[in-house]
Amino acid sequence: MSNGKYNGYLREGVRRMGAVAIFFFRILIQCVPATGRPRLIVYQIFNAGARSLIIIMLAGLFVGMVLGLQGFELLQRFGSEETLGTAAALGLLRELGPVITALLFAGRAGTALTSEIGLMRATDQLTAMEIMAVDPLRYVAAPRFLGGVIAMPLLAAIFNIIGLFGAQLVGVQMMGIDRGSFWSQMQDSVEFRDVTEGVVKSLVFGVACSLIAVHEGYHSEPTAAGVGLATTRTVVASSVLTLLLDYVLTAVFIRG
Amino acid sequence: MVVDVRDVHYAIDKRPILSGIDLRVRRGLITAIMGPSGTGKTTLLKLITAQVTADRGQVVVLGRDVAQLKGSEIYALRKRMGMLFQNGALLTDMDVFENVAFPVREHTDLPDPLIRKLVFIKLQAVGLRGAAGLMPGELSGGMARRVALARAIVMDPEILIYDEPFVGLDPISLGVIMRLIKQMNEALGITSIVVSHDVQELSTIAHNSYLLSSGRVAAAGSPQELRKSDSEAVRQFITGSPDGPVPFHYPAPDYNTQLLTADEP
Repeated sequence: MSNGKYNGYLREGVRRMGAVAIFFFRILIQCVPATGRPRLIVYQIFNAGARSLIIIMLAGLFVGMVLGLQGFELLQRFGSEETLGTAAALGLLRELGPVITALLFAGRAGTALTSEIGLMRATDQLTAMEIMAVDPLRYVAAPRFLGGVIAMPLLAAIFNIIGLFGAQLVGVQMMGIDRGSFWSQMQDSVEFRDVTEGVVKSLVFGVACSLIAVHEGYHSEPTAAGVGLATTRTVVASSVLTLLLDYVLTAVFIRG
Repeated sequence: MVVDVRDVHYAIDKRPILSGIDLRVRRGLITAIMGPSGTGKTTLLKLITAQVTADRGQVVVLGRDVAQLKGSEIYALRKRMGMLFQNGALLTDMDVFENVAFPVREHTDLPDPLIRKLVFIKLQAVGLRGAAGLMPGELSGGMARRVALARAIVMDPEILIYDEPFVGLDPISLGVIMRLIKQMNEALGITSIVVSHDVQELSTIAHNSYLLSSGRVAAAGSPQELRKSDSEAVRQFITGSPDGPVPFHYPAPDYNTQLLTADEP
């Protein structure tokens, strides 16, 4: 690749990141007045959160069950299958819960947010608000952003609970690990900072995924193809950013 | 003068859209802005509503130069305007009643019973009080535009802007919208700007007309004066002739040469 082309891509990348950062600050400013209308935010928590519940619960159950099977098989080699509860809990709380919830959130709620706002742009609803002297950032973007940020940790918590149930189902019911050992080992080994790590991660992922979803919808081309493209960009960008942020946060927590 | 557009130039990606437009809208009158598609009519509305700023020239609305206004001042100016969009642009997550109530709830602290009365008065004016509980998806095109009109007048604006209000309407809905535009102007004294390419319809309601062609004002005057114009561009637009100053063919290479060389890859 020639230097000129490389510089062009770099410049475009920096420009886009700058645009998202400015958009983020504009939304943060509008979040303050948006909290004056809690009904809008509660509706968006329902929209992004409650409507993603089934997929989150199903995924949590299967991830937990796989974790139970793989964990049991691995721990059995060392004769320590009784610690399956600890392994499953730590894996879910610190890593799988927040990350998989964020990836599912990007695919389910993120795409819905982008296409909804994109269609509002395409059908002049956002322009109509501006002409009515109502800032669409305050009325449309901020409540959806806040709804996503609040919903993400709640969804991750539900994912973790169902995941633990799935691991227990496989480990205790199917593989015959002692129920008491499963739960007591978990209680002894899981610390508060493990829970904190998961909550912080899911909050950060909530900010990242909601910001990308709202930004892409808000700036989508007002055509059918434009909205489709924006929706795809939401999934790709949210997924990559989630995994990148996960590495950074994991490194920070392990060093800290 | 409610709107005064002076020598306005505007380009998108160096492609000129408006090239020295001069236009005046007088208080209390219906002013029609006509012209073929792509002549800059909608861009002109964007300039008047301060959605975009002119590259050169001046746009003065209600005594304020829109290019000099800051964010909050633009919003203050827009509170004195209403706009009817081509597709209605109703908020799809609210029913008809809430759509009309939306600007009132956003800009005033009026008690709920008063808002209800106000909304029902406006819906009655457009004949859709009975449709207050319907969602936008349940409305026909004409009904959606009438609801949007009720929303546009709910804050009692001084200027009402209509962007292609007649497009895609059946004759009955078209007649209703025309009657409403006239009624809003006569009963409420609202200054109206109607952007459209429907010559017949506009000539019956407009007091004053501007015909745009290639980003310039090709003719101005009453609809009757426009009909008598000798300008070729005006004649073509009014008679609907397929060829003329606005050519039928998009610029292309020589037809014969292109056919003869069509076999070459």
